[in-house]
Amino acid sequence: MMANPKMVGLILTFLLVGGVVGYITGWYIAGSSMTGRGLTVTETRFVGEGAKTSTITERVTVTVHGLTQTTGPLAGDILIDGSSTVYPITEAVAEAFMKTYPAVKISVGISGTGGGFKRFIMGETDINDASRPILMSEAQTAEANGIRWIEIPVAIDGLVIVVNRENDWVECLTFSELKKIWEPESTVTKWSDIREGWPDEPIRLYGPGPDSGTFDYFTERVIGKLKASRTDYIASEDDNVLVAGVEGERYALGYFGYAYYPNAAAKIKIVAVRDDSIPDASCVTPTDETVSSYKYPLSRPLFLYVNKRSWDEKPWLREFVYFYLENGERFVKQVSYTPLPSNYYKMAVATLKAGITDGLYSLSQISMWKNAGPH
Amino acid sequence: MVLSARAEELKKSIQRRRTLDRVFHTIFLLATSVSTVTLVIIYLTLGLESFNFFSQVSIIEFLTSTKWTVLFADKHFGILPLLNATMLTSLIAIAVAAPLGVMIALYLSEYASATTRSIVKPLVETLAGIPTVVYGYFALYFLTPSLLKPLFTGVQSHNALAVGLMIGVLIIPIVASISDDAMKVVPADLRLAAYAMGARKSDVALRVVLPAALSGVSASIILAFSRATGETMIAVIAGGFRSVLSFNVGDSMETMTAFIAQVATGDAPHGTIEYQSLFAVGLFLLLITAVLNYIGIKVVKRWAIRY
Amino acid sequence: MGNQILIGTGRRGVKLKKILDKLLPFILSIAVFIAVATIVSLLITLITTGGHRLSWNLILNYPSSNPEEAGMRSAILGSIFTVGLSALICIPLSIATAIFLVEYSRGGRLASILSYNISNLAGVPSVVFGVVGLGFLAYGLGMGRTVITGAFTLAVLTLPLVTVTCVEALKTVPDDLRQGAYALGATTVQVVRRVVLPRALPMMLTGGILGISRALGEAAPILVVSGLLFIREDPVSLFSKFTVMPLQLYNWISRPQPAFVELSSAGIIILLLILLALNALAISLRQLLVRRMEQLWR
Repeated sequence: MMANPKMVGLILTFLLVGGVVGYITGWYIAGSSMTGRGLTVTETRFVGEGAKTSTITERVTVTVHGLTQTTGPLAGDILIDGSSTVYPITEAVAEAFMKTYPAVKISVGISGTGGGFKRFIMGETDINDASRPILMSEAQTAEANGIRWIEIPVAIDGLVIVVNRENDWVECLTFSELKKIWEPESTVTKWSDIREGWPDEPIRLYGPGPDSGTFDYFTERVIGKLKASRTDYIASEDDNVLVAGVEGERYALGYFGYAYYPNAAAKIKIVAVRDDSIPDASCVTPTDETVSSYKYPLSRPLFLYVNKRSWDEKPWLREFVYFYLENGERFVKQVSYTPLPSNYYKMAVATLKAGITDGLYSLSQISMWKNAGPH
Repeated sequence: MVLSARAEELKKSIQRRRTLDRVFHTIFLLATSVSTVTLVIIYLTLGLESFNFFSQVSIIEFLTSTKWTVLFADKHFGILPLLNATMLTSLIAIAVAAPLGVMIALYLSEYASATTRSIVKPLVETLAGIPTVVYGYFALYFLTPSLLKPLFTGVQSHNALAVGLMIGVLIIPIVASISDDAMKVVPADLRLAAYAMGARKSDVALRVVLPAALSGVSASIILAFSRATGETMIAVIAGGFRSVLSFNVGDSMETMTAFIAQVATGDAPHGTIEYQSLFAVGLFLLLITAVLNYIGIKVVKRWAIRY
Repeated sequence: MGNQILIGTGRRGVKLKKILDKLLPFILSIAVFIAVATIVSLLITLITTGGHRLSWNLILNYPSSNPEEAGMRSAILGSIFTVGLSALICIPLSIATAIFLVEYSRGGRLASILSYNISNLAGVPSVVFGVVGLGFLAYGLGMGRTVITGAFTLAVLTLPLVTVTCVEALKTVPDDLRQGAYALGATTVQVVRRVVLPRALPMMLTGGILGISRALGEAAPILVVSGLLFIREDPVSLFSKFTVMPLQLYNWISRPQPAFVELSSAGIIILLLILLALNALAISLRQLLVRRMEQLWR
């Protein structure tokens, strides 16, 4: 008799391979009435009721999985790429939008804010998720390519300073102290170098890598110069890893996005921050409320950049963006980010629907940068 | 000379076979050239952007400076920290994989029964199939906290040792599989001759089979080392992005491949010096690989035993 | 070499040799044990962190921001499609390359240069393949960020490994058989087709499966080539947008919600099951071929 592992292996193989092949075959058979996009338009279009300003409402009959259903008025593609920070929000919104309008096919990528912009300014994508405003160089290339955009802030990503749970000496840090710790050529190696009376132990630093938006924001805001930072800290792109790092080291200090804090609240200790460049400023602890109202000094906006031409030509894209903003608060909270003030979202939608596509940044009252992009 | 009808038939059939042979020769040659053509395309792509890079950065600084701060505001372009990290992790990896791989190969070819072999060999090959992302997180969340930190002091949450060990595990199958195949092909005569002289099984394994299979074994080690230097995700996840020159394997350090991945998937706008630096690092890594492979092949040739 | 065997013939030497001889298999099997222990600890870690999240949803559903509903469907199909295509491209190329290197240009100058190039190709980091694939194939040749570009990128990435295995496979065929066939007047094509390939095919299959296993686990090159993660449709054509499993898993594990980290473990289990099935398929095919060969030559 042959060894049993072989039989088990054979059976497993046939089950799995057979299952997969069967599944794919079944899918193709079921979808054989579909075109590449998965829909067949089986009836002529006619302009239906409820035509809104500059929106053409069409009634389209769609065959999905052999079931004919008359969907809402929208059908089309939307291609979104960009920041992996903004991605979870866009994913949640797209998913919900597609539940209501299954004929709109939305794909979202995570090429990074920079990588996404490169595609965006070539006109390849409809929307770019961005964790920073567009750069001057990117804006110039866009202009050269005839691409115009609409800049829409959609959420706030707070930046938290954290220490180990057993750290009982830090409650609040000032911007100058943070700058002293993190600046290039920093001489801080021990906690006692920061403030008198703190432990004479080496400080272990954790932070995002220099190729991330969080890093860019921190350096510009706290140290005062973009990308200026000491280089000998433990860097990772995955904020979960930073949480684990700080959790495991008694003398650790780290910074990362606020979105990762709620799920890690039990593991690490959060530090209040005081912007000592502002007289009479007090220590502010980051909470949903303080981040959302800009009381917490370390908050950065997250953006959508929408291709103007796509905006003009694709009604389903406009509906998507309205949907994004109308439901923005809910989705942003759902994925642990911080929403902008409620009235912003209402104003933004009203502005866009009125046909105004500029100046949404100023609506958000974000005082971090004096003007929006190009930055 | 006039040939009979049958002979004419045969002659034509032979000619047909010969042309077919030549056709296939060409087809196979074309197929083989695909890998070379690909390599050339890669070199060209890397070389073009590197040219842009080196027109702004001096090669001397690139090769001698010990600071790599390309993504920071104050830019230094010394490759040494990255090179050091790559070499450290790859050496640890090969120090793990070469002995273990050869040991597994010896076991499989000399000692294992057919049943054992049919279970163990696929199991070992599974090691190569596990996604590198999984290895990376395994090293980060399991290997370092549960194994390395308790055993050694001064081990950080990201460290080169974990990266090296994990890459080592990844490349064991390369060494084991190819060495095992090389050992299996050692003719029975050599083994029998040794037994006839009174050798024990361990003698045969260590002193007859292993030396005879040495060229295959060394080829597998060279291949494995190449794979180790080129491994990306494990270094990214478990090694981190700290680009500081250090010889302490408990420290976090960024390898060349981790840097390339960081920039390629990051936020750096294209056309900037940051983005171009990834091509320069890539080119440098390829050149190092080429040199090491060349040395390796020469060494193998010298040690090869013909039988 | 022969002298060394005589070294152990003195009285003390013999005793040591006896001990070494008994111990050696155990020492060697330690290596096997380490390999097995690694796999087992990996599996245990995965099952404990994500085992409870295994469900049909994971395979049938599209990605979602709700961990209870999220699935890898588009990623699984994308992986199968792209990797399957890459295997179709890579395996014939590798076999042809191996045949050329071993049968046609037996160890000549050209062969050494070509195999040197293949070794160098093996050392190229996976992410560089992605960057070149994006620049040269997607944009340069205009193939776009599609399944076909991903397939070519992965095919080239796995080419060195599969080729080297195929070369080793061909080398295991005893030379006498070839010489005999040539002596009878066979052309190289005939020798390859009737003598060499049937014997080497099982091992070549192993190489192919090793290559597919590697391609299934690659995240970085696909991230660069495709960049997409959220797709709620299945890839139906060569020019479809796509995503792959490792990318989906890598994204899930870096989300703040612990549910997603667990989901990632569960997804990895599924990926490993697929790999296991592939390996088992290779083994059974290999047995089949070996048995058929034995029947032929009995």
